[in-house]
Amino acid sequence: MSEYLNDFASLFDQYDVLGAFWVNIRLTFFAAIGSMLLGSLVALMRISPIASLRLAGTGYVNLFRNTPLTIILVFLVLGVWSQLGINLSEDFARNFFLYAVVGLSLYHAAFVCEAIRSGVNTVPVGQAEAARAIGLSFLPAARLIVFPQALRGAITPLGNTLIALTKNTTVAAAASVTEISALMKTMIEFRPDVIIAVFLTVALGFVLLVVPVGLLTTWASRKLAVKR
Amino acid sequence: MASSTARNVLFDVQGPRARRTTLVLNLVGVLLVAALAWVVLGRLADQGQLTAEKWAPLVTARTWENFLLPGLWQTLRAALLAVVLSIAFGLVFGLGRLSQPAIVRLVSTVVVEFFRAVPVLVMMIFFYLGLGRADLVEPANVPFWAVVLGLMFYNGSVIAELIRSGVHQLPRGQREAGLAIGLTPARSLRLIELPQALTAMLPSLVSQFVVILKDTALGYIITYPELLASGRRLGSGDGNILQTLFVVALVFVLINYLLTLLADRLSRFLSYRTAGRTKPAEGPVAAAAAQD
Repeated sequence: MSEYLNDFASLFDQYDVLGAFWVNIRLTFFAAIGSMLLGSLVALMRISPIASLRLAGTGYVNLFRNTPLTIILVFLVLGVWSQLGINLSEDFARNFFLYAVVGLSLYHAAFVCEAIRSGVNTVPVGQAEAARAIGLSFLPAARLIVFPQALRGAITPLGNTLIALTKNTTVAAAASVTEISALMKTMIEFRPDVIIAVFLTVALGFVLLVVPVGLLTTWASRKLAVKR
Repeated sequence: MASSTARNVLFDVQGPRARRTTLVLNLVGVLLVAALAWVVLGRLADQGQLTAEKWAPLVTARTWENFLLPGLWQTLRAALLAVVLSIAFGLVFGLGRLSQPAIVRLVSTVVVEFFRAVPVLVMMIFFYLGLGRADLVEPANVPFWAVVLGLMFYNGSVIAELIRSGVHQLPRGQREAGLAIGLTPARSLRLIELPQALTAMLPSLVSQFVVILKDTALGYIITYPELLASGRRLGSGDGNILQTLFVVALVFVLINYLLTLLADRLSRFLSYRTAGRTKPAEGPVAAAAAQD
């Protein structure tokens, strides 16, 4: 038993497990910002009174929500990078990292958009009517009355999107990024004797990453909920 | 409809002046979208990506017979088996979380929470390398089973949660009535509550099938010859990878869009078809379900 544990511990000297997890965390961080910006923009388009923008927003969501993330990443690397020759960075590894961030952002923006839209749906129509009754026009009513409440209603679905994003950073393996799932494959291939321990380590890492986000968003959504 | 209420919150029925402004902005919007499309297509045309010889191979019988349809079949085969196994897994652990003995509840909770937190790809890689080593299935079938098992553990856990929230959403009287006519709690759960919960969760279940179908594409990473992998092989051979992946994505979008449409229809149909509160399960679980 202790020999097994020693074998297992030697893995950490051989392979940079924490470093690989750090790649996933960085991917999550940048893609969260990217998908939040893009997703908010698409959500604004989808709830605007302008039909053409609404249509474009709906098209975006339906397209990206129904395409597997793997295809988006493979498309970016094999299609856009190798066929069209667009480099996002001079550095070879960094280029793939940035492509993974772009792919993850494009995919999750569709879910961020829907989360924000569901938040807007939690605001009763009476709120907007009251805002207009006291003389606020469209933009001030949206900025001062509707959005602050909508954002608080959107915390839970946004948290779920963040959790999904964290787990989906493993798919960056399809874009040749050496993150934890790719490292796990290498580790098991070279050290099949400790396969279960390797799997449990990686799995536990994700439990530790994901569970606090879930607890935090549940707490925040209760704390910040608009009491009705 | 959700979208129309969302819009009602933000703006009133418009008067003549507002309608004129909207019309102008509408035209600006169309021009913006068109300009974006023009730039992208222009770039693609400059690179010679829009020529007929890049796209023509995709409409030949050879392409579909030898590559895309076999790939699609592998995708559907894995997805179908994963759907069946996920439902079985979800029923076992969903009922486990609702059952009386604390130890059964605890074990089910740990299993469900664990498999929901672990990325599907990590499980697929584990089974891919583990099954190959353990010599349990034929070497040629290892990727297939790795995909199916990975999908089963993750989506089964989500379905278990759907079942739990579906049962919790039922009016309490249902359970009380069951107990009052002399059923044990377990039989009341199985005969009275579960069938109603299953009806209510049907739309969410169909949305979950979209997730399963989408995630079969992860099999590409562990050498399962599904639609994306065969598309890649085809595109590399013909030198039109961009175009082939475009068609492959289109196939996925089309199937998933139809499934989503079915889920919407079901949810509307069930909302007036059944008497009690049979709204599709909402909240964290259903929302989380739809996005991996």
